[in-house]
Amino acid sequence: MKRQTLWLIVAVLALAIVPLFLRQKTGDEEIFAGADGQAEAAIAKIAPGYTPWFKPVFEPPSGEIQCALFALQAALGAGFLGYYFGLRKGRAQGGA
Amino acid sequence: MHIMEGFLPVAHAAGWWAGVVPFLAMGTRSLKRIVREKPSARLLLGAAGAFVFVLSALKLPSVTGSCSHPTGTGLGAILFGPSVMSVLGCIVLLFQALLLAHGGLTTLGANAFSMAIVGPWVAYGIYRAMRGAGASLGKAVFLAAAAGDLLAYVTTACQLAWAFPDPQGGFIGALAKFLSIFALTQLPLALAEGFLTVLIMNALKAHSADELRALEVLPAEGVKS
Repeated sequence: MKRQTLWLIVAVLALAIVPLFLRQKTGDEEIFAGADGQAEAAIAKIAPGYTPWFKPVFEPPSGEIQCALFALQAALGAGFLGYYFGLRKGRAQGGA
Repeated sequence: MHIMEGFLPVAHAAGWWAGVVPFLAMGTRSLKRIVREKPSARLLLGAAGAFVFVLSALKLPSVTGSCSHPTGTGLGAILFGPSVMSVLGCIVLLFQALLLAHGGLTTLGANAFSMAIVGPWVAYGIYRAMRGAGASLGKAVFLAAAAGDLLAYVTTACQLAWAFPDPQGGFIGALAKFLSIFALTQLPLALAEGFLTVLIMNALKAHSADELRALEVLPAEGVKS
């Protein structure tokens, strides 16, 4: 069980880290851009006449602020998971 | 798998919204029933939602040289059934559409259809089929979560190809383009989501065996593993 946990973590880390070494930056092209953005570019190529008919109601004013909001989203989720497992473990140990 | 705000023609945006509504209604009913009949499962329900929050915020690099993120909906689909995840998935998509300008309100229907409906239903179907065929919990959870993740992205590619067929290659030509953007990138991330879901399921087995038994993920009379 313990051993399996370790291997699972190693596998996830490897899947996240190995790609970083497979692509080197050459010239000005952007690497590791978002797939969503690439799809947007593909649409512009297929249907050059298409203009989006609705704008986001709120757009984070900069990439940094968008990063902060993504971090907030992850923190909310991770915080709740930590609370959940902490509570379960505490109860099992007779803490509550 | 987020189609950007305004990036689907009006008819498509409305159509996907209409397709999502019955699933949302079904999910709300199922959610209410779980809260009423299994009040002790409420916290676990929150944890399943939290897992979606974390995983869909993690943009990871992929072998194709672009970035994408897992969905995290497989876990909840296995624990609570797929229709509950349509509600939880929509909450996450709404958060991202309103605060992050990631996805959008007009495209929420289409995005919900891929991430909050197709993904969870595929995961649930594979999980049930594998368990029925006698596969171990770990193997079934891994394959279910990975396939649900990947199929969500394949759905997005189909939605975009339908809305924007290639002037030469038609639907198939456009599908090939969008699949090369979404599905290839997603392949390693889907594996990562499979592994992460097994990790969480193992932790649940260790700390929440009683809840898993109540949800019939573990056999009722089973000895604590």
